[in-house]
Amino acid sequence: MIVFQKPHALADLPMHYCPGCTHGIIHRLVAEVMDELGIEGKTVGIAPVGCSVMAYDYFNCDMIEAAHGRAPAVATGVKRANPENVVFTYQGDGDLASIGMAETVHAAARNENITVIFVNNAIYGMTGGQMAPTSLPGQVTQTSPYGRDVKHCGYPIRVCELLSELEGPEYLERVTVNNVKNVKNAKKAIKKAFQNQIDGKGFSLVEVVSSCPTNWGMTPKQALEWIDEKMLPYYPLGVYKDRSASQEAEK
Amino acid sequence: MADKVLMKGNEAIAEAAIRAGCRHYFGYPITPQTEIAAYMAKRMPKIGGVFLQAESEIAAINMVYGVAAAGLRVMTSSSSPGISLKSEGLSYLAGADLPSLVVNVQRGGPGLGGIQPSQSDYFQATKGGGHGDFRMIVLAPSSVQEMAELTVKGFALADTYRMTAMILADGTMGQMMEPVALDDLPVTPMPEKPWAVTGTGMKRPHNVVNSLFLSPEKLEETNFERYDRYRVIEEKETMYEEYRMEDAEICIAAFGIAARVSKNAIDEARAMGIKVGMIRPITLWPFPKAPFRRAAEQVKEVISVELSMGQMIEDVRLATECRVPVTLCNRVGGMIPSPEQVLDAILKAAKNGGKEA
Amino acid sequence: MAKLTFKTDKCKGCGLCVDACPKKVLRLSPDKINQKGHHPVEAANEEACIGCAFCATMCPDCIIEVER
Repeated sequence: MIVFQKPHALADLPMHYCPGCTHGIIHRLVAEVMDELGIEGKTVGIAPVGCSVMAYDYFNCDMIEAAHGRAPAVATGVKRANPENVVFTYQGDGDLASIGMAETVHAAARNENITVIFVNNAIYGMTGGQMAPTSLPGQVTQTSPYGRDVKHCGYPIRVCELLSELEGPEYLERVTVNNVKNVKNAKKAIKKAFQNQIDGKGFSLVEVVSSCPTNWGMTPKQALEWIDEKMLPYYPLGVYKDRSASQEAEK
Repeated sequence: MADKVLMKGNEAIAEAAIRAGCRHYFGYPITPQTEIAAYMAKRMPKIGGVFLQAESEIAAINMVYGVAAAGLRVMTSSSSPGISLKSEGLSYLAGADLPSLVVNVQRGGPGLGGIQPSQSDYFQATKGGGHGDFRMIVLAPSSVQEMAELTVKGFALADTYRMTAMILADGTMGQMMEPVALDDLPVTPMPEKPWAVTGTGMKRPHNVVNSLFLSPEKLEETNFERYDRYRVIEEKETMYEEYRMEDAEICIAAFGIAARVSKNAIDEARAMGIKVGMIRPITLWPFPKAPFRRAAEQVKEVISVELSMGQMIEDVRLATECRVPVTLCNRVGGMIPSPEQVLDAILKAAKNGGKEA
Repeated sequence: MAKLTFKTDKCKGCGLCVDACPKKVLRLSPDKINQKGHHPVEAANEEACIGCAFCATMCPDCIIEVER
């Protein structure tokens, strides 16, 4: 009996990600969810600009490549054009929380019935490791070579917490993929975020705290440990909003 | 004869778009084109369409990108500063070969400029819509009827050539009220779009809508292919109107509101016995080079009448190959040349006998 | 005993699977180099494999298939 194999929705191609980069795990989880929900044939994914720019090659569902930060607006168009499609965006921290913050906030505020997979690894990877809107205080990057000085360039943004103040969104959860247990939890959250869309519940965002061994200057193993040690204290895991669950609890 | 209704130019665009099968409109408020959004907000929900006020011009054009990728007719509209914001999206639409209709009801610039009419986005529309090598089909209406007709035409051209068609109007055209016949608009059915992203249905390999090509060979190939298509457009889709050109010795070059003003001046000059006519480009890209090239053999001067510091004049000079003097008659900043100003320019040309002052 | 299959040519030698294995079944090959120039994963003692698929769960490149 096969207990583990490549999901159908994931293309059988070598991915360009660096060794140990957790994008690959997150891609696979999204594809597994598509398989399990039987939605590959009606799903349209929107790739961002950044490390996962070529995600359009890695999923077997229909795909669009969006301009930097604009994926939620593009997804809005696709979903409004064909509401029967399942529409997801896959975005990094620079894309979603910096240049695309307006699109993110407003898609959430509209409770746009889309699924957003937000990969937060606290750095701009594709361009070679610059400071991201989610880089930690003191974090050394190419553009914060002396460590992120919050007096000079402010504080990292906690996206789930920020969006949780809005009436609009249905579901916001932060997960990570730095060990087997967390990967399984991340998949549950991603599955729920897709199921919510199928059920017409609205904007569902899963923030996946991810690693960047290359630009963090660590081994893949050290990078996963750094998530526990440094990332999670600033970005605590958990459900930040679940409207349906809250309403259920009130009954 | 078809019934006519009295409409503002902006409303005529909106109604024509609906008749052309557009059911998705995204926009952001900006004077002097907001009537288009208001009209869509009222009508779309009644006909099963979508009107959505976007959080920005950038978001609006990217929503257009999404609907276009999904294979449906879609539009946005704005005015000059808003079109600058949309430039990013216009470039991506071009790079991904997506059809869309974009309306620019121009106002004076640069910067925030003013809210009065202008034609100073000619360069932006015909030569600089965004980064990279690309063109938009640029349609310049000069009546409310044409606002409607060119909107319908724009959707058809966009679909045929998989690119953006832009209606380049101005504040006057948008606000002007005229009778317009809507029943006989030349609406074309939407072609099949096998490239659209609507879900594979597990029946075909996935479609990808994309403007990224990291291989320079491949990117070059997409550019060459696109420009092959542009050449077909230049051959087949160039539109212009000639007015009293048969025996003209002076030629006015003008589009949009400037052409309307110029017609009055031409009629007056003709009454004075001066042989003057006009070539009015209806497509600004592709620019109607042929009639200007012909005129260069016939007239002694071309006067470019513009609501800009002289933008179309460069194309007129190129088309006439420096065979005749081309002079500028203009107002800017929201001001419109009066028929008297144009008449003065004609009289001067008649007197100077084609020598540039 | 479970059976492990590796798409060795796609392995980037990151070692996340090696760390995830509770039975110390896996290692990065000390002598082999794949097409990508990495030391790919291999099963050093496959007989100890319990088919938990923890390795595959952590593999970013989806190169491991697990049968039980």
